[in-house]
Amino acid sequence: MTLIPIKLMPRLRGGTSLWIGGGLVGLAVFVAIAAPLIARTDPVMDANLMNAEIPPGWEFPFGTDAQGRDIYSRIVYGARISLTVGVGSQILNSLIGVSLGLTAGYWGGWWDDFVTALTNLMLAIPSLIFALAIMAILGPGLSSLLMALGLTAWSYSCRIARAQVLSLKSQGYIQAARILGYGDLRIMFTQVLPNILGPLIVIATLGMGTAILSEAALSFLGLGIRPPFPSWGSMLSEARDQINTVPWLSIFPGVAIFLTVLGLNLLGDGLRDILDPQSTTRRS
Amino acid sequence: MAEPLLALDDLAVHFKVGSALAGGVHTLKAVDGVTLDVKPGECLGLVGESGCGKSTLALAIMGLIPPTRGHIALDGRDLAQRGRLETARTVQMIFQDPYASLNPRQTVRRTLADPLRIHGVTDRAEVEARVVDIMAKVGLRPEHADRYPHEFSGGQRQRIGIARALILKPKLVICDEPVSALDVSIRAQIINLLLELKDELGLAYIMISHDLGVVEHVSDRVAVMYLGRIVEQGGWQEIFENPRHPYTRALIAAIPDPFHRAAVSARAKARGEVPSALDPPPGCHFHPRCPLKADICVSQDPPLEPVAAGHRAACHFRDRIG
Amino acid sequence: MTADSLLRVEDLRIALAGDRTIYNAVEEVSFEIRRGEAFGLVGESGCGKSITALAVMGLLKRPLSLGGGKILLDGEEIQNASAARMRMLRGSRIGMIFQEPMTALNPLSPVGRQIAEMFVLHQNAGWSEAMDRAEEALRQVRVPSPGRRVKDYPHQLSGGMRQRVMIAIALACSPELLIADEPTTALDVTVQAEIIDLMAELCAAKGTAILMISHDLGLVANMCKRVAVMYAGRIVEAQPAEAIFAKPQHPYTQGLVDSLPRLGERSRRGQQRLREIAGVVPSIQAYPAGCRFNPRCPRASDVCLTTAPAITPLPAANSIEALVRCHHHG
Repeated sequence: MTLIPIKLMPRLRGGTSLWIGGGLVGLAVFVAIAAPLIARTDPVMDANLMNAEIPPGWEFPFGTDAQGRDIYSRIVYGARISLTVGVGSQILNSLIGVSLGLTAGYWGGWWDDFVTALTNLMLAIPSLIFALAIMAILGPGLSSLLMALGLTAWSYSCRIARAQVLSLKSQGYIQAARILGYGDLRIMFTQVLPNILGPLIVIATLGMGTAILSEAALSFLGLGIRPPFPSWGSMLSEARDQINTVPWLSIFPGVAIFLTVLGLNLLGDGLRDILDPQSTTRRS
Repeated sequence: MAEPLLALDDLAVHFKVGSALAGGVHTLKAVDGVTLDVKPGECLGLVGESGCGKSTLALAIMGLIPPTRGHIALDGRDLAQRGRLETARTVQMIFQDPYASLNPRQTVRRTLADPLRIHGVTDRAEVEARVVDIMAKVGLRPEHADRYPHEFSGGQRQRIGIARALILKPKLVICDEPVSALDVSIRAQIINLLLELKDELGLAYIMISHDLGVVEHVSDRVAVMYLGRIVEQGGWQEIFENPRHPYTRALIAAIPDPFHRAAVSARAKARGEVPSALDPPPGCHFHPRCPLKADICVSQDPPLEPVAAGHRAACHFRDRIG
Repeated sequence: MTADSLLRVEDLRIALAGDRTIYNAVEEVSFEIRRGEAFGLVGESGCGKSITALAVMGLLKRPLSLGGGKILLDGEEIQNASAARMRMLRGSRIGMIFQEPMTALNPLSPVGRQIAEMFVLHQNAGWSEAMDRAEEALRQVRVPSPGRRVKDYPHQLSGGMRQRVMIAIALACSPELLIADEPTTALDVTVQAEIIDLMAELCAAKGTAILMISHDLGLVANMCKRVAVMYAGRIVEAQPAEAIFAKPQHPYTQGLVDSLPRLGERSRRGQQRLREIAGVVPSIQAYPAGCRFNPRCPRASDVCLTTAPAITPLPAANSIEALVRCHHHG
């Protein structure tokens, strides 16, 4: 996974990274929800060639692009798309990964062999290449983006779920549930799942950061969100040729992506410290 | 004579271990030809060391592991013909570790009420009444119902485990080392509780334990297992006062008890360790450790033969011991 | 202090650093072990018996630390000894055995080498001589075919065999004191009996004193000459082994002795209800004031709620000192 910001930073204390991460992510969520209230102009319609390529200043805090649209407003609306892609694709990934991992770990046998083989196959194919192929078939757009990112990165949560089930399976309370006559699905969803949610939430949070970066990459390649709709990745894509002449076109979407992904990674790291039973900071 | 509640007939559970690629497939005979019965309201003590097969036997009785050979009849009907839910309402289990055997994310109420709903008790008032009733029986207060397992001490957790085992009103309860993970000063409370419940509810127990003091205290009859087989069984008094198998004698001799210091005979002690069940010794499985070993023990497997009324031992020298 | 005193612990206090306060996990613990004597420390989980042993070995780790008191080995104060000095003492003069030998043995080194290392480190022996002596040590702990077993790795041995190897390592340099913390709890009962016999026999032959730590009063009383019972961080009673079963003085010890079903009891007295000790073991954060056993004690009176009982010496039998810490003992 692309967790470069984390690896470059000295590891923060569990509490600190949780608060900084939560703050950054909270800010992004607030911006996305309150977009119509805090945006200064319409991000798509308010083009005005008279205002083209104005550097950041009092009138346009983040500057304007070649069509004279306010970069600040486009970034505010872009948060909606980036977060939708991040959250949506991870919900899809978690659903697929957890269902496969839970059943594989619990039932074992040929089903486990099959799921393990499938997981290894998925891990062997670079997920961005896979997503590219899906986008090429489905065509650009938000829904195909969700599909492309939601169907290709479930192997992490699947592996974690499977490993956790294997370690829980011999616990007395799982045995007791079988003896009391609980059905397999009921055991998986009422006895196993609540006890493995912690690591799964961590993985999903970290995965959101990856998905936002992937969206940026796909949009950058012209396969993600189509202009004129603003996503941080498509804004970068459009700014590609002018990085030397009109740098604010790429700097501000880049900073937005950086801060959101950093926030998600810090949040995931902080959550791991709280939720992971093996974590040393957890009190028994 | 009462109809047995549980009847095992030549029960065997074998596992295949290893793989054809790495060292070859071996057969682990965890349970190998066990014939036993338990009558209603009776407590059968099951004694043995690690690897003797008592845990596998327990799982087979509850229908969680299919037998390789032989039959299990519960309440007069073959286990294979009974449904999962029907078996659950007849036989239940109390676990050794009160920490790992309760779901940390469920309140006591949910732990006790869910099984009732699964078994078709849907009336809310009835579910609540039965939960309150069983909690009172095991010595938990009503306000404990909405707490989570980590809020309880080891002894109280074991009470919750007992309540869970009894909520479906089973006739047979398998107690797997129910006190050995508890603090020493708490054990008497739990043993007393188990005995009271047995009388009050007419339960039958299979008491699995390596603590012979506990087994003698609670059992009506006792079976001693070694490497998948029963080597001796009989009434509690017969087993503890007149043991006829050298392994039973070794178990008794191994108990450190200052009051019995003089009575412990060094000759009765077993040598060495329990061999692997993957590769048990030929003939009598106990012969490498036995103080009475003779040639016949290596070549011939002694059958479980009667030595007195209701007392059987599997030893070539069963009539010379004692 | 008697002339043949080997280990003397005086007023030991072990501090446990909590979130805001510092708790005394162990306090006012004093005992003495003579040369060649087997001394038992009995108590339930959390009573402080294991950390007392760790303190003697100088192995306390955060959040635990030595809060006060003296530890004297052969007259030398070792409570503030340097790490290097303690390393020298452990192995050469103090041997150790733990409950789970697998965690104490190096999984990547053959057991013979691990025993031989003791001779190399502490007795300046050469490796080839040390390996010969390791084989001899394995023979002493009755490992079958020791010549072959020296090359085995710990995972190739059974639990009982591993514990024999631990004993061989602990006794390699003929230490004056062997500390055994629940040495047989993880073993089968028939194997436990053998290991206990082996330990007692080897220590008697080498003149090694034993500090045996266990939750099993019967086991300890069988092996040791003198037994101290700990409850909630304090020693509540110490007596000769026979007396602790025959005439326990503290209500907690009496409860322990009475509450366990003992073999033969049912034939003599019938199936009677076991005598229970009420309540639960208190956690360190919630030790009661006064006598720490008072919430569970059938004899508790007002003085027990407020004042911690002082040590009362009991009449010595066979010149073995005895004591009890209870306002209403007897």
